[in-house]
Amino acid sequence: MSTSTLPAAPAPAPAPTGARGSGARPRLTEGAAQTWFMTQRQFMAFARQPAYLIITLIQPVIWLFLFGALFRKVVELPGFGAGSYLDYLVPGVIVMSAVSANMWAGMGTLEEIERGTLNRFLITPVHRSALMNANVVAQSATTAIQSLIIILLGWIGGAHYPGGVLGLLILVVVASALGTIFGAFSNALGMLVRQRESIIGINTFLLLPLTFLSSAFMPPTLMPHWMQVVARFNPVNWALETGRAAMAAHPDWWSVLSHGGWTLLLAAFAVWLSLRTFRSYQKSV
Amino acid sequence: MTSPNGGTVRTAATVPHPAAARPAPAAAGRPLAIEAVDLVKTYQVKGRSGPVRALDGLSIGVEPGIVFGLLGPNGAGKSTTVKILTTLAAADSGRATVAGRSIAADPALVRRAIGVVAQRSGADPVATGRENLLLQGRLYGMRGAELARRADELLDRFDLADAGRRQVKTYSGGMQRRLDVALGLVHRPEVLFLDEPTTGLDPEARTAMWDEIGRLAGDDGLTILLTTHYLEEADRLAARLAIVDRGRIVAEGTPDDLKGELHGDAVHAVLAGTPAADALGVYEALGRVPGIREITVDGRRVSARADDGAAAVPAVLAALDQAGSPVAAVTVARPSLDDVYLRYAGRSFADAEGASR
Ligand SMILES: Nc1ncnc2c1ncn2[C@@H]1O[C@H](COP(=O)(O)OP(=O)(O)OP(=O)(O)O)[C@@H](O)[C@H]1O
Ligand SMILES: [Mg+2]
Repeated sequence: MSTSTLPAAPAPAPAPTGARGSGARPRLTEGAAQTWFMTQRQFMAFARQPAYLIITLIQPVIWLFLFGALFRKVVELPGFGAGSYLDYLVPGVIVMSAVSANMWAGMGTLEEIERGTLNRFLITPVHRSALMNANVVAQSATTAIQSLIIILLGWIGGAHYPGGVLGLLILVVVASALGTIFGAFSNALGMLVRQRESIIGINTFLLLPLTFLSSAFMPPTLMPHWMQVVARFNPVNWALETGRAAMAAHPDWWSVLSHGGWTLLLAAFAVWLSLRTFRSYQKSV
Repeated sequence: MTSPNGGTVRTAATVPHPAAARPAPAAAGRPLAIEAVDLVKTYQVKGRSGPVRALDGLSIGVEPGIVFGLLGPNGAGKSTTVKILTTLAAADSGRATVAGRSIAADPALVRRAIGVVAQRSGADPVATGRENLLLQGRLYGMRGAELARRADELLDRFDLADAGRRQVKTYSGGMQRRLDVALGLVHRPEVLFLDEPTTGLDPEARTAMWDEIGRLAGDDGLTILLTTHYLEEADRLAARLAIVDRGRIVAEGTPDDLKGELHGDAVHAVLAGTPAADALGVYEALGRVPGIREITVDGRRVSARADDGAAAVPAVLAALDQAGSPVAAVTVARPSLDDVYLRYAGRSFADAEGASR
């Protein structure tokens, strides 16, 4: 996503010494290969921590059932619109899960810094952008998988997806982009403040307001006016508007494009920012 | 790519004493494997008025193929030196070349030529030892069977063959440290940086690590920059040694050179019974022995310095006997690096450690 934004380490020039085999490989393929190795590493770490894996899978299920049962009756409110609350809830839970899973990314980065792993990589010829891109790839991929699982669970529970496969695909992509936004900001925060407490504090402070100041559980038309105004500037809401518009029987493509565009733009900015903090981290080593 | 003034580096004003002023033997022939000139590094620290001056004009020159020891207490600037020479951090000023390449102009070339074992492990605890080695090799562009062979060879060499397929978080401290060294060697570097490789190891593991480091410099011909605060370790491994204090080199030379600077061995004697003569008598008796100086008498304990301690013992015994104070025990000690440290840093090693904590 950002391979071009960073003037990466100079191309692997002919190895002066024992390190063989890489000198001739073009820079782009080498960068892609390195991104893949680093991504693989993250997937492996994820797969080897089953408790973490299970929690990230079970939490959305709980939300789906909890909020589904709690708010079942709200569809009867005049002006709600959707047919069943579960139909309405699935995108909400997908987006909330994307936020809550990725906003902790900085904790992992912090651990890598403290353990010296990041420094070890920085001394190798690996491209700096490959390290960050691997984060983006791993985070978006896990978010996409998580979203697909929630879609599947919703479908089993009887949810309808009138927008079809295309609508769902757009929902998954926009959820991944939202995950990237929060993952990248969290990484930047971790590298800048180097304190777990700050990440925990900011996350717990942000998660609920960001979710409830969006159309995750309640349509904006039913919100007080000031909430509607705030929601308009909330990236969580952008992602939801994109997803909901694309999933409708008659998609509002303008809404998909505008809200989706803003989400992608902010994602690009967040990744750029995390690359910047990456370099300022290296100044503080 | 040694600078034409390679020999004068060591005479820089920041390096005050004669052992340091001796030109490097390599200045005439082979280029230095590591050369650093006047490195300065400051860190901004929150909650402190001024910046911390971690390096304050540090210069070193390391000939190829030797173990070079950087010895100093906590906070002396050893790790900062390693971070700069390995391209991880940038110096505020000064210049350096490693394996003939400038760290500022050619960091990518330097990275390929060096292996680094940092003070903090850096191995991925969730991955196995073997996976750590494979990933490390891939980042240097190694692939396939060659890489697999290299990883297994290193696991064997560092006695990790059985543990190679276990997650690193299950390793003991000694095993982790051995893996760290293996990680630094995957791509067959020319120059190896070892930042406190034996801190936290038990004596047995430490001895084993020493043997391995010795072999790397000997059989494999690597140039090794080793930092340590163990005097014994520096004494045993390093062909040349620099003492760092407050971001500067305060003394440099071979361990023997540095000890030789102290001019002489310590002779300690314990008198039998209560001192028959008064302290003054003992003092005067010893003062008449040629070559004996810096005499101290403390109850039954008598210490002095002699150019050749062993040769002076008979004369010391005879003199004390004559003075009516027969000797119960006598020991001769070569000056230790602790003494060296005391002399050049102006405080004992233990004090410096305590002060910087
Ligand atoms: N990243 C950093 N930020 C701020 N100050 C630092 C940083 N790294 C080192 N320092 C400071 O620079 C000085 C030198 O530190 P350095 O880590 O080089 O010492 P050292 O000789 O390796 O000590 P030790 O034996 O404890 O490892 C210390 O005063 C330390 O506090
Ligand atoms: Mg250190």
